Amino acid sequence: MNVVKVAGKNNKHKVLVYALSTCAWCKMTKKFLKDNDVEYEYVDVDLCSQEDHEKIRKDIEKKGGHASFPTLIIDDKKLITGFRKDLIKEALEL
Amino acid sequence: MISLEKVRQRAESDAKTYGYYLNSDPEFLNDLLEGLRKNEERYGYPSCPCRVATGNLELDRDIICPCDYRDPDVAEFGTCYCALYVRKDVVEGKTSLMPIPERRPLEKQARAYAVTAEKIAEKTAATTTKTEQPRSEVRKKLWYCRQCGYVVYREDPPYVCPICKAKREMFAEIAVRVDLAG
Repeated sequence: MNVVKVAGKNNKHKVLVYALSTCAWCKMTKKFLKDNDVEYEYVDVDLCSQEDHEKIRKDIEKKGGHASFPTLIIDDKKLITGFRKDLIKEALEL
Repeated sequence: MISLEKVRQRAESDAKTYGYYLNSDPEFLNDLLEGLRKNEERYGYPSCPCRVATGNLELDRDIICPCDYRDPDVAEFGTCYCALYVRKDVVEGKTSLMPIPERRPLEKQARAYAVTAEKIAEKTAATTTKTEQPRSEVRKKLWYCRQCGYVVYREDPPYVCPICKAKREMFAEIAVRVDLAG
């Protein structure tokens, strides 16, 4: 699985984004994090192998979501589905 | 290979035909069209840029753009799932554009993943997947245009008649009734 790390000064929380390379909402999410100088990691799920699809789906479901993109996982536990700026700001204390 | 311009024309023509509007943010729109172009190149059909496709046409059929969920999503939220197609009031800025929940039934997604997993386990190239049709949450009905007679099978009638451009109000439901009395 190709996890891409994006550096940022705002690294209080661990942020992982499951995204799709073709999805405009995902792109906006990445841009929003970058604009706020948030350190984060992302995986473009559509570019992963099918084995990884299954792993990612299980990971999201284990945390109480379902495979919809973007999905943000904050500090390995809090899950945010979709580009919900309000929820992301709150969770990351922006 | 399909060009971005072709993808744009197709979307514009579809929006016009059914009374929808395309996302009014040029960059947002461009990203969506580029996503569709990329998917068409990868899978041979333009599956939704905001959903995971399997590459198996039978499993992806409902998410080929315009997807089965566009009409009910635009009717309820003013936008389709990926925000390519929006309603007039959204384009006019009267309703704000927000991410919407996924309407595609979970079992449809799970089935796609399960089949994929199975395929990996067997390491065989299964060509057909005879899965029973999962119950869709979209409740379709038959509608007819009272102006020109055009008939359509959808949850709600289109905003405009694709044939004669009559407004949605001109559509009436076709009630199918079986009368057993003589």
